[in-house]
Amino acid sequence: MKGHVWRPLYAVICLVVLVLAARYFMVPKDFGIYERGYMYGFHRKSAEDYWKAFKVKYQFNTDYCKDCHADKYSIMQTPHAIIHCENCHGPVLDHPSDPEKLTVDKKRELCLRCHYPLHYPTSGRANIRGVDPEKHNPGIECSTCHNPHMPSLEAMK
Amino acid sequence: MISRRDFLKNAIKGIAGLSIPLSVIEIASPRKIFALNDVKAGVRWAFLIDTHKCVGCGLCVKACKTENEIPYDANVTRTWVERYVHLKDGRDFADTPKGGRDGFTTSKIDLGEGHYQNIDEKDIDKAFFVPKLCNQCENPPCVQVCPVGATFQTPEGVVLVDRSWCIGCGYCIMACPYGARFFHPVLHVAEKCTFCYHRVNRGLKPACVDACPFGARMIANIKDPGDPVTKIIMTERVNVLKSEYGTKPQAYYIGLDEEVR
Repeated sequence: MKGHVWRPLYAVICLVVLVLAARYFMVPKDFGIYERGYMYGFHRKSAEDYWKAFKVKYQFNTDYCKDCHADKYSIMQTPHAIIHCENCHGPVLDHPSDPEKLTVDKKRELCLRCHYPLHYPTSGRANIRGVDPEKHNPGIECSTCHNPHMPSLEAMK
Repeated sequence: MISRRDFLKNAIKGIAGLSIPLSVIEIASPRKIFALNDVKAGVRWAFLIDTHKCVGCGLCVKACKTENEIPYDANVTRTWVERYVHLKDGRDFADTPKGGRDGFTTSKIDLGEGHYQNIDEKDIDKAFFVPKLCNQCENPPCVQVCPVGATFQTPEGVVLVDRSWCIGCGYCIMACPYGARFFHPVLHVAEKCTFCYHRVNRGLKPACVDACPFGARMIANIKDPGDPVTKIIMTERVNVLKSEYGTKPQAYYIGLDEEVR
C-alpha cells in the first residue's frame, strides 16, 4: 500500500492508543459492571460504600431514652404512644454527649399536623380530634395546658 | 489489478484483524458471569404504603430531610405526601405544599403561585393522602439514560447516585416518570431516595418508615417469603404507580385510587 494510506492510518492508530491510555489512567479502578449487569450495574463500587457509611441521625428505638427519661414513658399508656420521641424532640444523634440537649419542637404547628380538623371521609385523619387553631387559644403553645405525654382531656380536669 | 483470490484472502485477514480488538475490550470472566446469574443474592428491598392509614402529618418528610441532610427550607424532598380531594361535582384537586413537610394544616388546596382553592367539607366525595417516594424500579429508566455511569442499581435493587461522579446534566431527572429525582441545591448533583441505604444496611428501617406514627409506610425484603410485609404484598390486593411504563416499580400501594398518578 502507498504512503497516502499508511500516514492517516498511523494517525488513527496513535489516536486510539492515546484514548485507551487516557482511559486507563482516568477511569477509577473499581469502575465496572457489577451484579445488576451492564444496563443497570455499571458504576464505581466504592460509591456503594459512600452511602453505606452515611451518618445515621435518628435512632427511632423506643428503649433508647428509657435509662434517663423513664418518667416520660407514661406516654406509652396514651394514644400518643405511636409517636416516637424523636418526632418531637429531634434526632438523637449521639445524645447525650453530642448534642447535649435536643431541639424540642413545641410549636403549635407540630400538634396541628394531626390535630387540625380535616373531616376527609376516606382518610384516617377524620378520626383524630382536632381544634380550629384560630379560635382555640391562639398564640400560646399547646403544651401550656396539654401534657403531650398524657394528652387525655379527662386528665386535665 | 487485484485478483479475486487475493481480494478474498485480504478480506478474511481484515475481518479477523478487526475482531481482535473487540474481543480484547471485553474478556468474559467466569466470575463476572457467575455474579450476573447469582439468583440467591438474598435481599431485594421493596416498599409498601397503606394509603388508608396516612393522615397527612408529614412527619415522614421531616424525618427524611433531617436524616438525609436535604436542606430543610429548600423546596425539594426525597419523599413527599400528596393530598387528593375528589368533589361530588366530579372535580379533582391535588396538592403537596412543601412536599407535605409541615403536614396539612388547612382545608384549602394549594394551587401554586399563591392561589388557593376553598373547599367546603360538604362537597367532598372522597379525600385522602398518598405518600410518595422513589419506586426503586426493577427497570429504572433514570439509570439507563445516565451518560457517565453515575447512577446505578445495587444488588439489593436500590438505585443510588454516585455524588462524586455525577456531572449534573439532569437527564435522569427528566427520565423519571414519577418525579422522584431532583438537584441537590447545595451539591448540584442528582439526588434521590435511597431507601435510607445507610440505615437498612445497619439493620434499621428507613427514617420515614420509623417516623410514621400510623404504620402507613413499610419496607420489605421481597426475596424473603417469611417477611410479614412481603406476605402482604404477595397475598393482598396491591397496586403500583404507572405500571404502563414497564419500569416495574417496587413501591406497592394499598388503596390506590384512579386519580393518583
